[in-house]
Amino acid sequence: MSAIEVQSLTKRFGEFTAVDAISFDVRPGEIFGLLGPNGAGKSTLIRMLTTLLKPTSGRAVVGGHDVVASADEVRRTIGVIPQAMTTDLELSATENLLIFAKLYGVPRHRRRPLIAELLDAVELSKWADAPVKNLSGGMRRRVEIARGLVHEPRILFLDEPTTGLDPVSRTAVWEMIRRLKAGRDLTVLVTTHYMDEADRLCDRIAIVDHGKLMALDSPLRLKAAIPGENTLEVSFENAPPDWSRRVESLPGVAGMTGEGDVYRITSASGPATTTALMAAAADSGVTVRSLSVKSTTLDDVFVHYTGHDLRDALQEMSPMERHAMLRRGR
Amino acid sequence: MERMWAIVERDLRRFRKSPMLIVMSLFMPLVQLVVLGHAFGGQVKHLKVALVDQDHGVPALKIQELGNAVGANARTFEWVRFDDQGQALHALRDGQVNGVLTIPPGFSRRTLAGDDPRVALVEDNTDGFVSASLSASFSGMLTAYGPRTEARARISPMPRLDVVELYPYVPYIQYLLPGTTVMSIFMMVMIGGGIIFIDDKARGLHEGYLVTPVTRLELIMGFNLSGAIKGMLSGVMVITLGAVVAGVPHAFAPDRMLKLVLMVAVSSVTLVSMMFLLMVRVTDPLLPRALFGVLNTLLWFPSGAVYPQQAFPDWMRAIAVVDPFTYAVHGLKSVLLKDAGFGAIGFDLAYLAVFSVVTMGAATLLFRREL
Repeated sequence: MSAIEVQSLTKRFGEFTAVDAISFDVRPGEIFGLLGPNGAGKSTLIRMLTTLLKPTSGRAVVGGHDVVASADEVRRTIGVIPQAMTTDLELSATENLLIFAKLYGVPRHRRRPLIAELLDAVELSKWADAPVKNLSGGMRRRVEIARGLVHEPRILFLDEPTTGLDPVSRTAVWEMIRRLKAGRDLTVLVTTHYMDEADRLCDRIAIVDHGKLMALDSPLRLKAAIPGENTLEVSFENAPPDWSRRVESLPGVAGMTGEGDVYRITSASGPATTTALMAAAADSGVTVRSLSVKSTTLDDVFVHYTGHDLRDALQEMSPMERHAMLRRGR
Repeated sequence: MERMWAIVERDLRRFRKSPMLIVMSLFMPLVQLVVLGHAFGGQVKHLKVALVDQDHGVPALKIQELGNAVGANARTFEWVRFDDQGQALHALRDGQVNGVLTIPPGFSRRTLAGDDPRVALVEDNTDGFVSASLSASFSGMLTAYGPRTEARARISPMPRLDVVELYPYVPYIQYLLPGTTVMSIFMMVMIGGGIIFIDDKARGLHEGYLVTPVTRLELIMGFNLSGAIKGMLSGVMVITLGAVVAGVPHAFAPDRMLKLVLMVAVSSVTLVSMMFLLMVRVTDPLLPRALFGVLNTLLWFPSGAVYPQQAFPDWMRAIAVVDPFTYAVHGLKSVLLKDAGFGAIGFDLAYLAVFSVVTMGAATLLFRREL
């Protein structure tokens, strides 16, 4: 049985469709990533799965319970670490965990040992009684992760857990999630817009854009599925009108997108295409202004499936749009 | 129920760790009590009255001596002597004196002849309190001066009014204390309930609650109970310290304290329910801050906390009829100033209870368990 089953799940806010008939399954024990820019519908999707929002249509079953019909059972089964840091800053880590243990109905005799064990697991035992406001951003996030596990859930939802953290804290948080997942036999669903994180840590990734599921597979398979194993980014000067046609006919070229004099070429063989490209440029009197060759990344996968760069998608929203998106639940 | 108490515990732990909130919610009402209590309602003293004696006779000197006696005892006014009436009136317009008493030529002759002697008081009536005090003071002085002839009494026997005061003298600071107590509860409910409630919502803290199995009723009860406890703590502290500051006699008699605590508790629950209804659908953190001043003015002043409602225009009295502050202030006044029993505060308690039930019911209908 799947840990999470999502069937044609849709959420509309008036005319705006935030999540558009998305379907997928999450297997028990895997780390499942939802990858996409802000406004793609990831948080709306996670809020429906965690019973914070009611779907407009479709169905979702989490831990064997329907998110609408058996919301309370779902809440007992899952741990949720929301995007915003929501621990009480004035209280200590222990106090924060204690309050949530009570909210989840953890039996009195289990509370203290469980909290001590969790704080040890997230390496915060030394800071157990310090006010959370005295902790760093990464440490606060670890408090939240411990809080999400205080009732020993089977499924953990993390909504952009590393947003706003420095690279060292990000790595520490991810290592911790991986360790906790292995030690507690957890299923983890995580949203992120960091490609490198999704690539390194998720067993499977769903790429979401404009509320739709664009692709779903393991990072390796997603990268292997797009044509070409290398990507060349090259810019030219004095390129003749038929230059792009000539480049497309070079050995190994699997695909090409261009904007002005800058081209992104996918190639089955980076070195062969590069050699041929330099020779063709020399023959035609075209100057190569810059050239870089790299292996296929999830960024390329994202571009392949969505037609645009993730970074562009993140930047194309104005602050007002972001605010509006936040208000309607992303 | 344990989940509801967890919400209360969380809120009270945060409250305990916010000393500024505690200080502000207690200190501000007490400062207001002391400043307003002494600024209003005191006796007017040390006024300056220009004396222009154009008579110079013995009866005129007696008027001056009576004035000196007032200056030495009640200290309502003191004389400033002028020879010229024009100069005295000029000084009045310049604000150097508050009134001009002129004893006209022939005052002594007319007094001795019993021929309706008169003096003239010209006063600066731009300040109603000052002019009323001066008029009252001179009326009293001249009544004491006037010989009560037997013939006059036979022709026009004046009925005499004997006034008996039911309660010991109540200084204005004591009159203000019930209103200040209700204000302190309101401030705590507004800051500790309304503003923090919306801030928490905006920060996403409520999401933390909503993903737990806590029920809708537990959430509502938890939010309101913690607000009511904080309001009650504030109200009891202010009425206790305020009673000491204002010198309320026998304020700490056990039965009186019991009734006061009951009034404070019911008032806290009522104001929290009202606030919860107002804030239940609000998401903008600026709104409660903007509402604070408006609500304060709209509810506190018509309640009779600072001035008798009988002096208000009809529209303000209409607000006062539905305003829960009115009943909270009335109940506290009855107990604090009159040591009244449950018969006197029964209606106040009943109104506040019904108001709580209605507002809490409406808020419950509007409360959303989801985002």
